[in-house]
Amino acid sequence: MKGNEAIAEAAIRSGCGLFFGYPITPSTEIMEYLAKKLPQAGGTILQGEDEVASINMCYGAAASGARVMTASSSPGFSLKQEGLSYLAAAELPVVVVNVNRTGPGLGGLGPAQSDYFQCTKGGGHGDYRLIVLTPSKGQELYDYTMQAFDLADQYRNPVLILADGFLGQMMEPVELKVRSREELPPKEWVTDGCRGREKRKIASYALTNEIGEANCLYWQTKYNQIKDRLQRWENFYADDAEYLLVGYGTCGRIAKSVVLTARQQGVRLGLLRPITVWPFPEKAFWGLHERVKGIMTIELNAGQMIEDVKLAVQCKTPVHFYSRQGGMLPTEREIWQAFCRTFQLALTEEEL
Amino acid sequence: MEKIFSRTKGLTSLPFHYCPGCTHGIIHRLIGEVLEELDIIGDTIGVAPVGCAGFSLDFFSCDFVGAAHGRAQAVATGMKRALPEKLVFTYQGDGDICAIGTSHAIHTAARAEKITSIMVNNAIFGMTGGQMAPTTLAGQITATSPYGRNCQLAGNPIDLPKIIATLDGAVYVAAVSVDSPQQIIAAKKAIKKGFQVQQAGLGFAFISILSTCPTNWGLSPVESLKWLRQNMLPLYQMGELKATKEVSAL
Ligand code: SF4
Repeated sequence: MKGNEAIAEAAIRSGCGLFFGYPITPSTEIMEYLAKKLPQAGGTILQGEDEVASINMCYGAAASGARVMTASSSPGFSLKQEGLSYLAAAELPVVVVNVNRTGPGLGGLGPAQSDYFQCTKGGGHGDYRLIVLTPSKGQELYDYTMQAFDLADQYRNPVLILADGFLGQMMEPVELKVRSREELPPKEWVTDGCRGREKRKIASYALTNEIGEANCLYWQTKYNQIKDRLQRWENFYADDAEYLLVGYGTCGRIAKSVVLTARQQGVRLGLLRPITVWPFPEKAFWGLHERVKGIMTIELNAGQMIEDVKLAVQCKTPVHFYSRQGGMLPTEREIWQAFCRTFQLALTEEEL
Repeated sequence: MEKIFSRTKGLTSLPFHYCPGCTHGIIHRLIGEVLEELDIIGDTIGVAPVGCAGFSLDFFSCDFVGAAHGRAQAVATGMKRALPEKLVFTYQGDGDICAIGTSHAIHTAARAEKITSIMVNNAIFGMTGGQMAPTTLAGQITATSPYGRNCQLAGNPIDLPKIIATLDGAVYVAAVSVDSPQQIIAAKKAIKKGFQVQQAGLGFAFISILSTCPTNWGLSPVESLKWLRQNMLPLYQMGELKATKEVSAL
């Protein structure tokens, strides 16, 4: 099935009861698929008047205790930032999908990773974080979406699936596994009518600066807990590696072939593929400088994740960068050549 | 002695934070009474705006959610779609619903969203210190129209209920005021109707209420009531702007 459809199917099978969205390429198939299938599963899908409405509809549905999702692509995702800030502050579990296309501005429809900063650093106002999962193939689009619903409920936080136009459009076989739900905390905070219990409210204002600071400290405690527990990455030939590639999503996928080429040539190259980009898997980099001579990040942007990698290695290992932008994808060969050039590995023309 | 008036159960015991003479308090009481009389306190979720009523979520006895500026109706839509059996209402100022939230106001009505929206129109942004709103009258002096609203530059006031009434999904639209006892009685009736329309699942119900802002108008509470009567009542179309057959039959 198409990547976008894998996301949508996973949502249905996760008990997502409501979807609010607005059409935008290359994420629209998610809404189209759900428009057909979600009502059959007893759920509700509504096309909002815009992205702003859609994310705020998610806010209302999540406050009532339902599992809810929205999906968009870069320009539309920008419009959701206000809502995401409010969702994070009100601690509402919503799953949001950003099928990254190019930017800035209207950009093009091709795959890109240029929303990395926006997704991982908090694109809206205030000191908040989204949990961000980055699938690299159809099965992961499905699996991570399922996990996203559980993580959102577990941490009472919006969770973002960060994909790109390539992954969203690609057809791949996906095993529609049924996932046993994790033990999740009861939703004792929902506002669904107070008959038989105390009145509840969900809001994000702080009446005084003292309350404001207490709120901030509370959120940071939660974020630190998530940072501690949730860093995920895939280790591909990285254990004995002398050189490392770092790439997520589509780049992580392409980089795997580069690693295999390198190994054939006797070069000890490995890959760290972040699965969570917030929290960034810093732990994967601890102690690496003792063995690794150099790192190269592969990105579809002008160099965004590289900053997190540099922070993670604390300048103890040189970190380089290779990218294609504006909707272009690097080939294996291009990355391999760039890698050899960067680290001045003398290879014959044939080996290149 | 027989007790003939007491605080409605629809409100919590928290004292209002509104300025002296502000008619937000009256409107709160009316809504509280309606919630109590219809016995729906436990089945209702309110959505608060950003603005002076941004803290109204503490004043009502029902569950409440605070929305971003202008987004209350989108939030209420999500809530109602998730909980179709419950009653959902938004409480918004004119700044919230007529400026930043206008698109949601139109589309909520167009979709016949089965919620009740209450707009409190005091022709100004109250919370931020009295700036011009889309509802500000021609010539009215505000912090951002210090020489009076110049309609050549800033356009004419928006009469939102009139616009909403043109949409098929809006089945009940009323414009009322709280400047006198008679008007207050009429306002309560309209609010009650707005909730009954929702209980019957007929469509979108919208009630606009003219209200005072003595602080930012720079008038005493009594002068404010007079100003409202003299300036706002003649400008805004008042009364029941729309009630479908089904609504009238309620
Ligand atoms: S600023 Fe105006 S609207 Fe706000 S509470 Fe004071 S009088 Fe009422």
